[in-house]
Amino acid sequence: MAKRIGMEVAVAVAEAVGQCDIDMAAVYPITPQSHIAEHLSDLVADGKINAEFVTVESEHSAMSAVIGASGTGARVYTATSSQGLMLMHELLPIASGMRLPIVMGIANRAVSGPLNILNDHSDIMPQRDSGWISLFAENGQEAIDLSIQAFKIAEHKDVQLPVCVNIDGFQLTHMVEPLEFPDQELVNKFLPTRVPYATLHPAKPVTMGAFSMSDYFTEIMKAKDEALKNSKKVILEVWDEWAKMFGRSYKPVETYKAEDADILMLTMGSMGETAEMAIDGLRAKGVKAGLIKLRLWRPFPFAEIKAVVKNAKKLIVTDRAVSFGGPGGPVFSEIKSALYAEIQRPAIYNYIIGLGGRDVTVPDFVHMFEKVIADKANKAVDTYEFWGVRE
Amino acid sequence: MNIVENFDLYAPRLINKKELLSAGHRACQGCGEVLGVRLMCKALGENTVIASATGCMEIVTSMFPTTAWEVPWIHVAFENAAAVASGVEAGLKGLRKKGKIDDRYIKVVGMAGDGGTMDIGMQALSGAMERGHDMLFVCFDNEAYMNTGIQRSSGTPMGASTTTAPAGKVSSGQKTWKKNMAEIIVAHGVPYVATACPSYPLDFIRKVEKAKSIKGPSYIHCFTVCPTGWRCGSHLAIAMGRLAVESGVFPLYEVENGKYKVSSEMPKKLKPVKDYFKAQGRFRHLGEAEIQKIQKKVENEYQKILDKAKYLKAWD
Repeated sequence: MAKRIGMEVAVAVAEAVGQCDIDMAAVYPITPQSHIAEHLSDLVADGKINAEFVTVESEHSAMSAVIGASGTGARVYTATSSQGLMLMHELLPIASGMRLPIVMGIANRAVSGPLNILNDHSDIMPQRDSGWISLFAENGQEAIDLSIQAFKIAEHKDVQLPVCVNIDGFQLTHMVEPLEFPDQELVNKFLPTRVPYATLHPAKPVTMGAFSMSDYFTEIMKAKDEALKNSKKVILEVWDEWAKMFGRSYKPVETYKAEDADILMLTMGSMGETAEMAIDGLRAKGVKAGLIKLRLWRPFPFAEIKAVVKNAKKLIVTDRAVSFGGPGGPVFSEIKSALYAEIQRPAIYNYIIGLGGRDVTVPDFVHMFEKVIADKANKAVDTYEFWGVRE
Repeated sequence: MNIVENFDLYAPRLINKKELLSAGHRACQGCGEVLGVRLMCKALGENTVIASATGCMEIVTSMFPTTAWEVPWIHVAFENAAAVASGVEAGLKGLRKKGKIDDRYIKVVGMAGDGGTMDIGMQALSGAMERGHDMLFVCFDNEAYMNTGIQRSSGTPMGASTTTAPAGKVSSGQKTWKKNMAEIIVAHGVPYVATACPSYPLDFIRKVEKAKSIKGPSYIHCFTVCPTGWRCGSHLAIAMGRLAVESGVFPLYEVENGKYKVSSEMPKKLKPVKDYFKAQGRFRHLGEAEIQKIQKKVENEYQKILDKAKYLKAWD
């Protein structure tokens, strides 16, 4: 029987990774990821994980080291946040281009300029086009589950791509939540030993990371794009298997009271649960409000998004990052692009919320709904608003 | 030192005849660096995994879909060869101790040019050496960013003209002394550090074999002539390497657990640096005063090595 205990989410993520028979981890400490790094070190130090733990001198070397280790066929893990992720940036498309399974936990945090240690999504957004599978956790339980599932997805023979699990910094990483850990035996069954496509071993010498000019480059890029798109099928299979084995189901796009909603809101990450409370309040007043929670950021679930917004009149997209000088938040751009060819589509509004750890409360979400309901023009807007900004 | 032509007849076991870096790569005619890599592979043998930095050796050997490598080889980026090598080492170790791979001993080797070692790759290398991974790192130093077009690095010697530190009306090329990378690695407490040059193939091979036998980090700084970048004849790579050593510009020595030993190839009396400079276009603009300044520095630096060999004892 799975045990249910109270634990800090960052510590729990390390515990969950510890259940996955990793062979190697390379981690460089950064707030708010550091509790993952520390607890993983504890598990190795106490012999609870039989893995090599490399205390690298930077995040750049953390990603370099896990790329090298994944090349040997090892199951590898790293975790980072914000500036650390930005430092890794150069290597992210190389990891996916080499088709190496790697799992990375990201304790999402604002990117500097000015320095800030608190939560938003400005660290992951610049990595969007790196060719990684990108998942968002809404709560601690999801952070655990997705971290375990990520290995299975990454290592699947039809995927062979790196996966990042986004876990909102502090808002999630530093919360103590009641969590259910899967039984080790079941995890072993769910996640067998990695079967690599090729390995760095003298028994069969291979060349990894070759140089390619214009004669092959386009073909390699297309193959990577197709691999990422095709990974959705495997992700769905893995989630299906997870639901059968552990009783918790996952979908690329989750909904809350969305079926008959006239007005929908879309969130990504930990703010979904706060928004649900706002929706309960609005529903009590007779407003047909609903929520969409985007779990799968890459590959982007176009069909699922189209299906869930089809009958709504208005859609509020919230973003936790800014695309400076661009058309709105990065999620907003994506949703607009997804719905462009749809004849029946809602009017879309964009609020940029919760930057650098700024709190977004239930009344904030209620006010966003009220503001959009009051807009009688009822057509998509080309502008976006920094919610709650002082001017 | 001359090597007899039929060396193989007298000492057939000294050099591995198997080529692990195959012919057909795209290096320039007369490249000293690719010769160094080839000799290194011979010394390492088959149970090796190499992590290479971006650079000449990477692009000339791995043009997709072809490869010159007959040993497992990985390239990730420019500045991280040492970090990738440390990950390969940790990955193999993790798999081996769980019995997921066979338990043969595999030497992990990181390699980079002078830029990839001494400039952009210095942090990753320092980290890997400090952490004590069981790996050899070889710097193939041809004294500038040759792959991108002969730009200066911290390995470029004083007075050399490069495309970003050119000799001009008011400049005589590189304004700084070459960074002493071997000493920096010695300061990390690495058990085996050596300098070498493919112009002395047996010395180089012996040093690689010694590094291979060390269970822990080791570092070889291999001086490799680039006829293209140094503007000398492509038939002169071996001769230029010899002159660099014989003039004391690049002394051959090794440091085992802190104990310095000057290699037997070093002459009793150094040749003038002028002899080394004269066949190279990169030094052609230097006047007598500048050459003398360099001559003095070379003598001083060589004396320091001789003194260390004489006075310093091993760490333990």
